[in-house]
Amino acid sequence: MEIDIPHKFIYPDAELDKAEGEAIETLKANCQQTIPDADSWLDEEIQRNVMLTSLDSVINWARRSSLWPVICFPACCAFELIAMQASRFDISRFGMEILRASPRQADLMITAGTLTWKMAPQVKRIYEQMAEPKWVIAMGACGISGGIFRSSYNVVPGYNHIVPVDVYVPGCPPRPEALLYGIKMLQDKIAKGSLVTKG
Amino acid sequence: MALKTEPFVLNIGPVHPSTHGVFRMRATLDGEVIVDLEPVFGYLHRGIEKLAEERTYTGVIPLTDRLDYLASMSNNLAYVLTVEKLAGIAVPERAQYLRVIIAELQRIAGHLIAVGAFLNDCGAFFTPFLYMFREREKIVDLFEMVSGQRLLYNYMRIGGLSQDIPEEFLPALDKFVQQMPGFIDEYDRFFAQNEILLARAKGVGILPQEMAINISASGPVLRASGVNWDIRKADPYSLYDRFDFDIPTGTASDCYDRYRVRIAEMRQSLRIIRQAMEQLPSGPVKSDVPRLLRPQVGEAYAHIEAPKGDLGFYLVSDNSIAPYRCHVRAPSLINLTALREMIIGWKIQDAIIIFGSIDITMGEVDR
Amino acid sequence: MTLALAAKEVAAKLETKFPGSIAESNNNDIVVKSQSLFGLASFLKTAPGLEFNYLAAITAVDYYNYFELVYQLTSLKHNHSLVLKTRCYDRENAVVPSLVKLWRGADYQEREIYDLLGISFTGHPNLKRIFLWSGFEGHPLRKDYL
Repeated sequence: MEIDIPHKFIYPDAELDKAEGEAIETLKANCQQTIPDADSWLDEEIQRNVMLTSLDSVINWARRSSLWPVICFPACCAFELIAMQASRFDISRFGMEILRASPRQADLMITAGTLTWKMAPQVKRIYEQMAEPKWVIAMGACGISGGIFRSSYNVVPGYNHIVPVDVYVPGCPPRPEALLYGIKMLQDKIAKGSLVTKG
Repeated sequence: MALKTEPFVLNIGPVHPSTHGVFRMRATLDGEVIVDLEPVFGYLHRGIEKLAEERTYTGVIPLTDRLDYLASMSNNLAYVLTVEKLAGIAVPERAQYLRVIIAELQRIAGHLIAVGAFLNDCGAFFTPFLYMFREREKIVDLFEMVSGQRLLYNYMRIGGLSQDIPEEFLPALDKFVQQMPGFIDEYDRFFAQNEILLARAKGVGILPQEMAINISASGPVLRASGVNWDIRKADPYSLYDRFDFDIPTGTASDCYDRYRVRIAEMRQSLRIIRQAMEQLPSGPVKSDVPRLLRPQVGEAYAHIEAPKGDLGFYLVSDNSIAPYRCHVRAPSLINLTALREMIIGWKIQDAIIIFGSIDITMGEVDR
Repeated sequence: MTLALAAKEVAAKLETKFPGSIAESNNNDIVVKSQSLFGLASFLKTAPGLEFNYLAAITAVDYYNYFELVYQLTSLKHNHSLVLKTRCYDRENAVVPSLVKLWRGADYQEREIYDLLGISFTGHPNLKRIFLWSGFEGHPLRKDYL
């Protein structure tokens, strides 16, 4: 059975591949630098002198009770995340009704799977597209430290090389109940935060 | 006067709700019709084959779990069969019957997700998916009774199983096997003649029989194209020749046929489970194998009929405690070979459905 | 039951048709010289009585002196199988003919072998890296990587 040889696309696919490869190499080279804090632009004065108490608690309550996760499902942990969303361990009762496909409409990124260097620029881009305030839960052993694949040539040893992580949930994969506990921990962390400095 | 148009390149993926994982397609569009397609993989390439060379033979079993993470038991079974073939280890009968029961339960669980995700892609936003998940939770409970884990079981061992089934397993399995045909009939009642599904899936994404054989397709994709080839019948492993079951095939080779083949295979799996439960003998579940296995120098290739297709392992041994080379013949990667031919000429929404009907798992494509 | 054909008999048959192309053969597999791989494979695909129309898997192994490529061939009609091997002794410029024109299923598997082991396939329509990115240095599955 004959096939057409060699196939040409209308775009220069070799150059596109090369450009993407360079983006991955630069990300890999810079991954050891600290990720800057999001509200470092706030004036020192404002941080020291302004205190909002009851407004803070209302806003924190609103924020933590309606966290919407963004869809970012690399690997196996995704299925425990989906199982958590399904009817048995329903997370809608905690306000996390919908998994948002668009990062602009989400404020929580649950990293469900192993991160590879090839995927890392895309995850960083999704994280940067999310609007403030945003939080990240590193789910599973692969999210915390690379897990069982740590010594591989293509695996990032933990999401905290790429995005700043708030809560770590261990397990391989973590049970849906464990992930719910992690989300509750994040809700407690948000409750302690303040509008002036990010909680 | 014709409008001047220009083709436009669109990136579908890798972060996309319907691409079943991190899969990317660079689609060249003319209007809404796809005229060219380039799939890009590697976003989940974790180097499992290289990592397997650093671990003992038993230590590779958790790595094989993570290949097709929706059918971990089948992956374990394929790997363990290959090691047993390489080292010439015999498996007790009770272990083989239990392996058959577990492999068929895993097939039902895998097909439930495949069908649920396919219907999700067709537009029924999450309702059929959650229905299938309800059944899958029952199977996952059975597996949790047996192995302690919900998703990545690590249950099979070289020479048998890691532990025997607890006493509450068989009554619970009996109850499941009695209730499940009713649920499959319920799905047929809801979806089989649904006009939206028929309009979206009939005649879409045709893979002709000649091409299916030429691209080495396997599993429901090959059988929906009319080829009656199932490893359980053609090259039986682990006592499958003692059971009586049919191989459903399709005629029209389109997405609807792949959906029907998967539903029919679930019914046949229940048939096999019932027969295996009746014939289950007593005895040990693991033969005596040294802890650090050192097979003699040689190589072996063994394959099974996993839910996604023909899953094979090729192992080379050099008489040390770790494999010299462990290669996985991944059905999902090879089933994707004809993706371009199946999608060209259709629109983006059809592309999502065609891609969903092949049913891949990125852990297996990328390894 | 899929019958694994006795490779020695098939090798004898092939030797009459393509003299000098078989390097060695034993009961399990036939090792073929890489120049005659394509001709032999197309004969195996179409010859009556053999008709291997299904390529189950392609694997490549790095033994330190040579690379070995293993082809698992199956015939759906006769339900028998055969293992075909070829060796490549040059580590720097490993080149083997591609079988994509015979069995399209070899497409992604050969790209994967090129990506991870560095063996090039002549006649492949789209030989570029499949799992790793375009600027990656080295071929990870080789024994001398890391």
